Amino acid sequence: MAHFVTWILLMPLASFLFVMLMGSWMNERQVGAIATGAVGVSFAFSVVTFILLLHQSSREVTVHLFSWITVGTLHVPAALLVDPLSITMCLFVTGISALIHLYSMGYMHAERDYRKFFLYLNLFVFSMLTLVLANNLVLTFVGWEGVGVCSYWLVGFYFDRDSAASAGKKAFIYNRVGDVGLLVAMFLLFSHTGTLTYLSVFAKSGALTPTIATLTVLALLLAATGKSAQIPLFNWLPDAMEGPTPVSALIHAATMVTAGVYLLCRMAPVLALSVPGRTTIAIVGGVTAFVAATIATSQKDIKKVLAFSTISQIGYMVLAVGAGAYSAAIFLMISHAFFKALLFLGSGSVIHALNGEQDMRKMGGLAKFLPLTFPTFLIGWLTISGIPPFAGFWSKGEVLTNVYQYSKILWILGVLTAMLTAYYMSRLFVLTFRGTERFREVTEGHDPHESPWVMTTPLIVLAALSVLGGLLDLPWVHHNSLAGFLDPTFGFIPAIGRSSGLAQTGLAAVDVVAAIIGLLAAFSIWRTSVSSSRYESPFLEHVWHWDDFYDATIGRPLTHAAQFGDDVIEPKVIDGAVGAVAVSVRRSGEGLRKVQSGFVRHYALATVLGLCVIVVYLVARVA
Amino acid sequence: MHSSLWLSALLLIPVVGAALSWLVAKREGWSYAVAVATASVEMAVTLVVVVLYNNHLAGAQTFDFAGRFVLAAPFGLAYDVAIDGISLLMVALTSLVVLVALLGARDKRREPAFVAWLLLLTSFTMGSFIAHDLLEFFIFFELTLIPCYFIISQWGGRERARAALKFFIYTFTGSAFLFVGTLYLGFAHQHQTHGALTFAYAALSATTMSHATAVWLFIAFTIAFAVKSPIWPLHTWSPLTYAEAPTAGSIELSALLAKLGSYGLLRFAVGLLPLALPSMRPVLLTLAIIGIMYGSALACVTPDLKRLVAYSSLAQMGFITLGIVTGSKIAMVGAVLLMFNHGVITAGFFLIIGYVERRRGSATIADLKGLQGPAPVLAALFTVVMLASIGLPGLSGFVSEYLILIGTFATHVWWGVLGILGVVLAALYLLWAYQRVFQGRVEGANAQITDATPGERWVLAPIIVLIVVLGVFPKPVLDRITPSVQQLIEHVAPAGVNK
Repeated sequence: MAHFVTWILLMPLASFLFVMLMGSWMNERQVGAIATGAVGVSFAFSVVTFILLLHQSSREVTVHLFSWITVGTLHVPAALLVDPLSITMCLFVTGISALIHLYSMGYMHAERDYRKFFLYLNLFVFSMLTLVLANNLVLTFVGWEGVGVCSYWLVGFYFDRDSAASAGKKAFIYNRVGDVGLLVAMFLLFSHTGTLTYLSVFAKSGALTPTIATLTVLALLLAATGKSAQIPLFNWLPDAMEGPTPVSALIHAATMVTAGVYLLCRMAPVLALSVPGRTTIAIVGGVTAFVAATIATSQKDIKKVLAFSTISQIGYMVLAVGAGAYSAAIFLMISHAFFKALLFLGSGSVIHALNGEQDMRKMGGLAKFLPLTFPTFLIGWLTISGIPPFAGFWSKGEVLTNVYQYSKILWILGVLTAMLTAYYMSRLFVLTFRGTERFREVTEGHDPHESPWVMTTPLIVLAALSVLGGLLDLPWVHHNSLAGFLDPTFGFIPAIGRSSGLAQTGLAAVDVVAAIIGLLAAFSIWRTSVSSSRYESPFLEHVWHWDDFYDATIGRPLTHAAQFGDDVIEPKVIDGAVGAVAVSVRRSGEGLRKVQSGFVRHYALATVLGLCVIVVYLVARVA
Repeated sequence: MHSSLWLSALLLIPVVGAALSWLVAKREGWSYAVAVATASVEMAVTLVVVVLYNNHLAGAQTFDFAGRFVLAAPFGLAYDVAIDGISLLMVALTSLVVLVALLGARDKRREPAFVAWLLLLTSFTMGSFIAHDLLEFFIFFELTLIPCYFIISQWGGRERARAALKFFIYTFTGSAFLFVGTLYLGFAHQHQTHGALTFAYAALSATTMSHATAVWLFIAFTIAFAVKSPIWPLHTWSPLTYAEAPTAGSIELSALLAKLGSYGLLRFAVGLLPLALPSMRPVLLTLAIIGIMYGSALACVTPDLKRLVAYSSLAQMGFITLGIVTGSKIAMVGAVLLMFNHGVITAGFFLIIGYVERRRGSATIADLKGLQGPAPVLAALFTVVMLASIGLPGLSGFVSEYLILIGTFATHVWWGVLGILGVVLAALYLLWAYQRVFQGRVEGANAQITDATPGERWVLAPIIVLIVVLGVFPKPVLDRITPSVQQLIEHVAPAGVNK
């Protein structure tokens, strides 16, 4: 098994290195095929490892690769932890990545930096797998930052566009702020348990006092808000839509942005030690889910709607973590990866068909022109809206059922969010595929055309997964389910009381009713109008003026302070003080004026003479 | 125990090379060839020393290649050399930096003199790092000033005269304090032992003194080292000097000579005067943190790339100072590693900025835009160096920064937290600079620039390789630093330095 799991990790790295060294001798198709094939093989290895793990008595296998950093009491190996959680992550990360690589071969066709795109994509997959497979926090941090830098490159892929360059930078900086949390969490754990290896930290977590545990959990939450785009650090994700659409699907919907949730789940035994910490997590998740959903209702760019939708859905996952429903969070993470990747790739297909247009006001009536994109997108839309029997209904239902047990207020917030979700997604669906054809200007009169097979195949596979994803964890099945499989990782955590069958059915009915209300509302409003000042508030469109707030409170004051430092403190205060000392020394003796010749050889000579005099004096005195 | 002749060779080869390159000055290009050959031989000898170096000598003694010859007994003047894991790394850096500076930043104006100064500078720096005697260290430390001064004042930019003078006065004044401190310590030791005057490191480290004396000496030493490093607020010579010096000069100054300051602080201030450390620690921690914040803030707004690297170095030297004075072994190992890594990274920065300047005649950020379009390889190389400086895990900068921060956090929580904030700032100013220089729509003269030539790529290759290898597999280096740091800490420990 050690070999197989190592190869999961090494395949994308090998492909990255190969394409980097040999890429200039390869054509576009070969580069795409190698990059995609490598990730496909990685998926195959993940399946093999998964099967081997199923047949193993121990569900936690550590694979030591080499010793990375060892100083004093700090031992950080490059080692992998194969357990149900990490292998679950591997399976869906490599699977979705392979599909999106395939899609990119078509989408990025004839782009300027085609080869570079696949290099970044491969490196991303490698980093993401490092993140989930690491057996210690520092190695996870390697993946954590690795995915961040790949995201930086891919968001700023069209580097000659200023908006893209700024968006890439913004994503990186926001993530860095979150990283402060991860670093603090690591340092706290190391200071109090003396180790950073997950299993040892958990074994020694008794050494953490309640205060330290809470601080650690809050620091981890800060890290998660950066990477997973939660309040207060959520605002980089909508900007990140500047990247090519496959990137948005892979990194900014399916995989990287869920890393924060993964980290929180991975640290579940530490989270278990702090009630205030988990309460904060639940509140952050619930509020983010709701706020992002309100913003999504007023966005005009199809990808921005999906971006805020992603933030909102991750909010659900964070809420689930806070409520202690870890396997529900993972379940939603997986099904979200299916349907959100589907929706992003579908929107990419739409954008592709409309020569790059992303404004929904210039779409409409596309259903009949895109015979494969339309039905798959329809499935994605129904899935995210929470309509049974699609995956979203089951996974969101699982989260909300657990939240209902945990806190009624957060549950109501969750149901409202579900209603808003159905609303904004239906709005998007109607504006894009139904209604009048408003795209003739951007297509210069032509009919939009369906995308090539490399792009539609992933859509079909993802649509199938969205339909069937619910089977992973049906509420009445307790064996051979995702929750059962994850039990060795999360099982020790005292389960919150399970709802009765009847209550579950009732809650599910509430979800469906909420979804249908949202859906009908959207249809009645947007079937006829394209934009509406009544239903699209500028406040929501401008993201609650969140950016302006940061700019006014942090950005501008800091810039002014730095500018003040450069204009005044450095030249006037510090240099001034040093200069004043120098001048006063100079003037202390009139005779010295002649020496102020400015020639260094005089200074040098004076130095040597001075040294000699002092030495002679001292020697004479001692002797 | 290996022969000290190896170290003497390291000291003499560049001197011989400088003389030779001067002798062949009449023939066009020969001096340069001689200089490159000299630097290559120096590198080869350095590699031999690195391979031979043995840090498992008897009695936890990690000094190898030791040798002592008294030159003038009445003056306590001796030639005394030895290296431990810490100096080994600095020796390697010295040889690397001069080779890279020669190959990557060739300056054809009055070339024989230029390369001769550069080689002499190498010899003097080498002398400082191998010196096992305080007076000998001081002499070499002081001698480095002369080649630096000439390189800046003769080959520098428009304001070279002012830059050279400012640099000279600053560092010269600083070392005056070091000189007085050195003599005082030597005589104090002689007074105690009633023996001969000596400045030998081992002998001086056994000197007993009052707390007040230790503090005064520590302050005197630290002023000299703080100017050199630089440590805030004695840094204001560095932005001007780095910006005005020729590329090779900026590389030598920032990558190498700055390390003389932090090396001196570690080896001589902390190593010889541990008694003063507890009371000096809060001061230095504060200055280090201010340096990190202040340097990062000014790096955000400064209009010139070279000045940006100068301020970035101020911040990085803040991290090094943090690691040296916290007293945590992990942090101290990180600080030594960062000295090396920062040298490599800064050399990379100045080389690339030099390439840009060679093409565009300017390193002013406002003059540059969108260079990634016409020069993708140059942009990629800059990106790697930048990410290493930001501390991206997997690259060299991360390991050292992480060790410093985790060690600092364990001993001084709040300083550690403030240091972590510095990590965010580094990303801010570097990514912003990258955006303004390499991204955006390319127009005019910027669109005409050529990408990195094969020669330029080869010069940067060792830097990139070191950045990646030391990020992924730092173990061999850590294994050489750790015992020496351990030895230093054990010596210092009774004075309140833990673990």
